[in-house]
Amino acid sequence: MRKLLALVFFFIFCGFLVFSVFELHTFGNPPSDMDDYIISNAQNETGANNAVTSVVFDYRGYDTLGEATVLFTAIAGVMILFRKGGKHEE
Amino acid sequence: MKNEGLSPIVQTITSLLFPLTLIFAFYIILFGHVTPGGGFQGGAVGASAVVMIIVAFGAKHIHEKMNHDTMSIFESTGALVFILTGLIGLLVASTFLSNFLIGEFIFGKIPAWGSNPGILNSGGILPILNIAVGMKVIAGLSAVVLLMALAMEDKKK
Amino acid sequence: MIYNIPFYTVIIIIALGLYIVAFKRNLLKIAMGITIIQSGVNLFLITLGYREDALAPIFTHLPKDTIIPEGMVLPIPQALTLTSIVIGVAVLALILSFIIMIYKEYGTIDTYQMRRLKE
Repeated sequence: MRKLLALVFFFIFCGFLVFSVFELHTFGNPPSDMDDYIISNAQNETGANNAVTSVVFDYRGYDTLGEATVLFTAIAGVMILFRKGGKHEE
Repeated sequence: MKNEGLSPIVQTITSLLFPLTLIFAFYIILFGHVTPGGGFQGGAVGASAVVMIIVAFGAKHIHEKMNHDTMSIFESTGALVFILTGLIGLLVASTFLSNFLIGEFIFGKIPAWGSNPGILNSGGILPILNIAVGMKVIAGLSAVVLLMALAMEDKKK
Repeated sequence: MIYNIPFYTVIIIIALGLYIVAFKRNLLKIAMGITIIQSGVNLFLITLGYREDALAPIFTHLPKDTIIPEGMVLPIPQALTLTSIVIGVAVLALILSFIIMIYKEYGTIDTYQMRRLKE
C-alpha cells in the first residue's frame, strides 16, 4: 500500500520534469548577452587566455571562496568523526 | 586481510609512477590561466597520486610518515593565502578580490587580443589563487581517504 | 539536428537516481543513488550552454578563422558546474563517514533491521 502511493508520487514528479522541458530553448542556440561581453573583454580586463578560469576566479571569485569554505567544513567534519579519543570514563 | 599493502611488483611500479603524477598535477595547477585546467582539476590529480601510495603500501605504514595533522596544516595554509590575497586587494584598490597585479612586474603582462601562444607571465592574481586552491584540495582529499582507511583497518582486527 | 535529446537523457538519469533513493534498503545503494542524481544535475548545467559547431573558450593556439564571440561555447555554465562537482565530493565524503560509524555501532547496514535495534 505504501509502495503504491510512493510509485504514484514518483510518476507525478517525473511528469513535472517532462513538462518543464517544453519551456526550455532549443538545444543549439542559447540566449547569450553576458557571455558575449565576457568572451570579448576577458583578455583586456583580466590578462588571462582562459575564459573559464577568469570567470571562476575573477568575475565570480566570491563564489569560489564560498566553495572552498564548504570543502573545508566537510573535511573538518570527517576529521571530528574519526577522532581517537579513547573512552575517558572517570 | 594483510595490512602491509600489495605485492612487491605493485610497490615498485607505484614508487616509479608517483613523482611523474605529482609533477603532472603541479603543471595543471600552475598553467591554469593558459591551458584548460586550474586549481580544482590539478588538485584532484594530485590527490589520486597520494591515494595510489596509500593503496599500495598500506595505511599504517603511511600514517607514521604523514599523519593527518601535517595535512591539516597544508590545508589551512591554502585557505589563508586565498583570504590574504583578497584583503590585500581591498587595501590597494577598495574592492575585495580585485585584480591589482595587472601592469606590475610579477604576473602582469597583458597578452595580444585573439589567438596567441600563451605566456606564463600574464594573469594577475589568478596563478596565486590557483596554487592556494590546489594545495587545499590535495591535502584535504588525501586526509579524508587516509582517515577512512585507518578506521576500516581497526575494525577488521 | 539533435532536437532536445540531451534534456530527455537528463530526465532519465534523475528518475533512475530518485527510484534508487526511494525504493532500496541497503545504505550503500542509497549513497550511490544520491551521487547519480548529482551527476544528472551537472550534465544538465553543461548542456544549457552549448552552441552548435563551436570551440572551447580558450585563446591559446586558436585556429585563425574563428569568429570571436559567436564561435565559442558559453563559459559561465562551466564555472557553475565546477562548483557543483566539488560540493558533490564533499557531501559524498560525509555520507560515507556516517555509514562507517553506523556499521561500527549496529553491525549491519540494512535499514529495515535498524528500526528494531532501539535498545
